Amino acid sequence: MSDHKEIQRMANQIAKAFGAYPEEQAIKETANHIKSFWDPRMRKQLAEIIARDKTALNPVALAAGRQLGLG
Amino acid sequence: MDTLIKEIDYGTPKSDSTRMVTLEIDGHQVTVPEGTSIMRAAMELGTKIPKLCATDSMKSFGSCRLCLVEIEGRKGTPASCTTPVAPGIKVKTQTDHLADLRRGVMELYISDHPLDCLTCAANGDCELQDMAGAVGLREVRYGYEGDNHVFARSNGSENFRYKPKDESNPYFTFDPAKCIVCSRCVRACEEVQGTFALTIDGRGFASHVSAGMDEDFLASECVSCGACVQACPTATLTEKSIIAKGQPDHSVVTTCAYCGVGCSFKAEMKGDEVVRMMPYKDGGANEGHSCVKGRFAWGYATHNDRMMKPMVRDKITDPWREVSWDEAIDFTARRFKEIQTRHGVGSVGAITSSRCTNEEVYVVQKMVRAAFHNNNVDTCARVCHSPTGYGLSKTFGTSAGTQDFKSVDKADVIMIIGANPTDGHPVFASRMKKRLREGARLIVVDPRRTDIVRSPHIEAEYHLPLQPGTNVAVVNALAHVVVTEGLVKRDYVAERCEPDDFARWEKFIADPKNSPEALEAITGVKAEDVRAAARLYATAGNGAIYYGLGVTEHSQGSTMVMGMANLAMATGNIGREGVGVNPLRGQNNVQGSCDMGSFPHEFTGYRHISDNTVRDLFEKVWSTALDPEPGLRIPNMFSAAIDGSFRGLFVQGEDIAQSDPNTKHVNSALESLECLVVQDLFLNETAAFAHVFLPGTSFLEKDGTFTNAERRINRVRPVMAPKQGMQEWEVVARIATAMGYPMSYSSGAEIMDEIAKVTPTFAGVSFEKLDRLGSVQWPCNDAAPEGTPTMHVGKFVRGKGRFMLTEFVATDERTNRSFPLILTTGRILSQYNVGAQTRRTANVAWHPEDVLEIHPHDAEVRGIREGSMVSLTSRIGAITLRAVIADRMPQGVVYTTFHHPVTGANVITTEYSDWATNCPEYKVTAVQVTPSNQPSDWRTEWEQRETEHKRVAIKPLVAAE
Repeated sequence: MSDHKEIQRMANQIAKAFGAYPEEQAIKETANHIKSFWDPRMRKQLAEIIARDKTALNPVALAAGRQLGLG
Repeated sequence: MDTLIKEIDYGTPKSDSTRMVTLEIDGHQVTVPEGTSIMRAAMELGTKIPKLCATDSMKSFGSCRLCLVEIEGRKGTPASCTTPVAPGIKVKTQTDHLADLRRGVMELYISDHPLDCLTCAANGDCELQDMAGAVGLREVRYGYEGDNHVFARSNGSENFRYKPKDESNPYFTFDPAKCIVCSRCVRACEEVQGTFALTIDGRGFASHVSAGMDEDFLASECVSCGACVQACPTATLTEKSIIAKGQPDHSVVTTCAYCGVGCSFKAEMKGDEVVRMMPYKDGGANEGHSCVKGRFAWGYATHNDRMMKPMVRDKITDPWREVSWDEAIDFTARRFKEIQTRHGVGSVGAITSSRCTNEEVYVVQKMVRAAFHNNNVDTCARVCHSPTGYGLSKTFGTSAGTQDFKSVDKADVIMIIGANPTDGHPVFASRMKKRLREGARLIVVDPRRTDIVRSPHIEAEYHLPLQPGTNVAVVNALAHVVVTEGLVKRDYVAERCEPDDFARWEKFIADPKNSPEALEAITGVKAEDVRAAARLYATAGNGAIYYGLGVTEHSQGSTMVMGMANLAMATGNIGREGVGVNPLRGQNNVQGSCDMGSFPHEFTGYRHISDNTVRDLFEKVWSTALDPEPGLRIPNMFSAAIDGSFRGLFVQGEDIAQSDPNTKHVNSALESLECLVVQDLFLNETAAFAHVFLPGTSFLEKDGTFTNAERRINRVRPVMAPKQGMQEWEVVARIATAMGYPMSYSSGAEIMDEIAKVTPTFAGVSFEKLDRLGSVQWPCNDAAPEGTPTMHVGKFVRGKGRFMLTEFVATDERTNRSFPLILTTGRILSQYNVGAQTRRTANVAWHPEDVLEIHPHDAEVRGIREGSMVSLTSRIGAITLRAVIADRMPQGVVYTTFHHPVTGANVITTEYSDWATNCPEYKVTAVQVTPSNQPSDWRTEWEQRETEHKRVAIKPLVAAE
């Protein structure tokens, strides 16, 4: 199985882009973004990342994943 | 049958005055705006005053002395081109005295002009000949023995005044013997094009047109835009195609297939053969101007390399097998269905093209959503302007430039960010340069000293040569100055923008970490210059931002678009003429392909697929259930192909194997596909990996529309039947049908009617309306039946403008000791995108190969000389190319183009991409440059593929043949 490095990078990158927002809103925006623009199989890969290693994601990306029911 | 379209030449430009003046010409009253010339006023009445040096695309000059008139109560015979109208004056355009004077002038002209009219290329289109006829010239009393420019030898000896024909330019000739020194070419080069390559050298009888320093045209600064050729009233400057084929007999107005300016052209024809492309004066985008690509580089459309037969093969190592359309369509449909059966509905998808019409793109995305039953459709805008879509939607509410091109005429300060309009968007650049010569002020934000930073009669007040990858830091610093120095337009912001978002943004941007001084070390731009530029933009009147891929193709591309939108809102520079945030789109139909629902998350008109109301509408009109989940974007398709969940791809008119970054990654993705279908004119780089090749149509055969960077929907009219037998949309509709979703259209117009039905911003668009009005800019609907030149007037599309926080996050691509330089890629004037079109024209005269531009210091420390071969290495690959020493490059930054596949610029470009849209970060790749004396491995690999993967099987002869 692939280690989904790219998905990991993308999720972290989105979370960082909302870094200037208050955390709660940054999580919401990140989750919205992933839901709006990611193919379901990419979201599944994100779920796999969360299941395997929670430290692979920064806190906002991780929380966003959880908000989307991916972990 | 179409006739040859000839626009009326009023002789001098239109006056914009609102005060009207009434005068009398030859006993007829005429009322015209103040400032109109008598010549133009006469033409309004239909009276053609004889003229040679005047034409309405440039200011009057008054040199030919042919347009003389008499004015009651005034002395002498003033030139009607330089004499403005005055209330109540009585003008006579024809008297015996005037006729004598005009004949005398013509006689002098003709005494130094060859009399080879019958064999002259301008025969049938010569103003000099027309004027000789108009003034009734019957004899030339002076003879030809005297001093002249006509004959190589005079009176038995060499004629030092004679100059032979200059045929150096691949597209036109310059024959000084036929020149009447009217200066129209010189003025066209100055006033229309703004290059100043031509001048009149010498005095009196020695006066002559000189390109550069009396060089040949190709060696001079001439950019071959064709304005001088168009302006020439004689055969002095003539298209080689006219010399070869003669004058056209009919013409059709259509739209150029190159950049996002979307110029209107008259395709001038004989039979179904194009003999010349002439810019169309009534074209809204270009108003009669052109560049070297649209005007001259159309020969690719009939190039021998063009494929005319559908082809299939089982394996990409097999030779291609020519088949019938039916067989190719069945083969495609069967393969795609089999893949979906084995690997799931989401295992196939398509990429639409910005080089295809709105109608063709619409049909492809419909095939994906309705026949493939998924949303795996994306467009090549993914790799150029997708951040524009995201950024402008978030802040303003819709994904498009805010102005029409004409708006630049009212700009007081122009800020160009990450764009090189004189190369990438030359016809718009000419318009911009004209405004700059009139006094508009200029700020350029670009690592390179692009031509517009300093060119004849233009100089940027501030050039901010930032480090590649620090756009967001610079725009934050600019906004910081606006906010902290009290330059925010408070009234505007209070009325037009979301107050909470503004308050939060104001606090964020005012933080000292965003000050020019704090960011200087990161951006490399002097803080005082950033401050001065910000003050200029905020206070000099109408401020207009124009930007290109130097903004979008970054890991923070979308953030930067929002940063510019913030800056424009804070300074009140949105919602009227002369201002705005304007993307300069790369390809002709980037705007259109995005509008047409090519993104995996959006239907036409930028409406998300998860919106139930919108999806219901489409399900009803298309009579099928639609998937509410977003599909794969191009880079995601590549990753999914390598993962194995994506197996079939339809590529419409794009060459992803050459244009997309990290070529090896792209190639291995393409190799993983079970079925790759390429619809294109040529067997391009992508086709090397394809199983089905569907020959496409050139723009000369298409029946549809392109939408340019100013949202202008222009007609693309067929001037000949599809050479391979079928419109591209028909091929796609038949594939969809063969896959079980019946689709059929009888014309481009019918497809547009469906687009109008499902897209509120296109509701008022029809081919009938476009034929009637020439073009419209969307939104075009009941609220704006003739379109919308300026957007966000009064209020933003989203209601209130939204300020977004734009935190600067440095890219992960970093330089180090192994890769100390940064590579940025871009393009140049004579070539276009992957070069599939322009490489198949004489434009290679200007750019035969991709070169690496490098700063003299960086070259010297590496022992690199002008013209030496170098190896360019990044973390992911290496290529070789020739070096050019260029002091317009900043130290530490190198530049190349991606027009030639053999160079393979994208073999080395980074895999990083924009956080929001996955638009690749083409503009920042850490590299090393070293001298080299051998071709790269890439070149060897490419050459092998070029021969092995592009073979077409020769059909065996059967006995009956």
